[in-house]
Amino acid sequence: MFLKYCLKDSVPVTGLCPQAGSYGVQDSLRRGFSSVKNELLPSHPLELSEKNFQLNQDKMNFNTLRNIQGLHAPLKLQMEYRAARQIQRLPFLPSSNLALDTLRGSDDSIGFEDILNDPVQSELMGDPHIMTEYKLGVL
Amino acid sequence: TEEQCWGTWGKNIKCVCFYRNALLEADINKLGFSSPAARKTGTTICGVVYKDGVVLGADTRATEGMVVADKNCSKIHYISPNIYCCGAGTAADTEMTTQIISSNLELHSLSTGRLPRVTTANRMLKQMLFRYQGYIGAALVLGGVDCNGPHLYSIYPHGSTDKLPYVTMGSGSLAAMAVFEDRYRPNMEEEEAKRLVRDAIAAGIFNDLGSGSNIDLCVITKGKVDYLRPHDMANKKGVRTGSYRYKHGTTGVLTKAVTPLNLEVVEESVQTMDTS
Repeated sequence: MFLKYCLKDSVPVTGLCPQAGSYGVQDSLRRGFSSVKNELLPSHPLELSEKNFQLNQDKMNFNTLRNIQGLHAPLKLQMEYRAARQIQRLPFLPSSNLALDTLRGSDDSIGFEDILNDPVQSELMGDPHIMTEYKLGVL
Repeated sequence: TEEQCWGTWGKNIKCVCFYRNALLEADINKLGFSSPAARKTGTTICGVVYKDGVVLGADTRATEGMVVADKNCSKIHYISPNIYCCGAGTAADTEMTTQIISSNLELHSLSTGRLPRVTTANRMLKQMLFRYQGYIGAALVLGGVDCNGPHLYSIYPHGSTDKLPYVTMGSGSLAAMAVFEDRYRPNMEEEEAKRLVRDAIAAGIFNDLGSGSNIDLCVITKGKVDYLRPHDMANKKGVRTGSYRYKHGTTGVLTKAVTPLNLEVVEESVQTMDTS
């Protein structure tokens, strides 16, 4: 029972490679090495905690807000978050998410996510033509 | 650790590095290699509150296992104009943590329009260290003077903090604490406080293998910071008294035989470089 909280997916799907790349096999170049243990169990004790950190913070804040100001407050805020999340550039360009950051209050703080693995400095980029065609439904 | 993976692998770098590191750690011992040790600052750091402010002290040795990696590293980090922080533990962790908190505190103080308080820095540090559950190996001594007077905090890697008039951290903390417990008294003068911190760090340097070299001091008062690096060179490297080089003519030449090699040019071809 305790293991349930340690597993990464609550419903492990067998026979399907979760790290599948373009040909249905493990994409070692982009996703790294694979092993069954790594798919099911976290490879670092903090992996799950860090992956869900922002979500848990938001949940806690919304709960507090609901208790203090009533149900309307978190509902309004969540609506604004959804609207801000939709402001994006073209599909292959990274977005600064300025509106979302301002709403969250993280526009005046720096964390590891701003220094390491900055999406602006990623070496990978999707093919612009293909991605816009896919988004417009022309492909 | 995350900081070690400043990799160039693109999107899923965090996941890739977790998997790769886990796989390597599991198999590397079977092949007979050992993974590289993180550079630690086996250290003596301490701080004391005196009449007008705070005195922070640190040694300057950084060790990598049993080898001294840096004979003169700087362990007193800048947080804000009125707040400085000494760091013990993994060198990269203390460096990055203090830099991130310094940036956050600068943004915060620009937003409030006031000089930052030491307790703000303390809370930011403890919340970050607790979030990473002790995996960030940074033990810090945070000191500064703000609108409420001088403050001194010690922050442990798991996120607990203590607010005290005198603190020591690092592998030499027991030696330094012995000196403090003997000679500390409240509301000291500046010279006496500097002497006390210097003696505490010296106790750590001479009695602990992980600490050594020089003593750095940082005196923070209202409106003024004295960063004394080095305050005291407790361990000077010796000077060689003589030269061990052999003088010219030491080895006598008995006979000399010269054999010229007659080479004739057979073929000569010129290949120009493609400098277009």
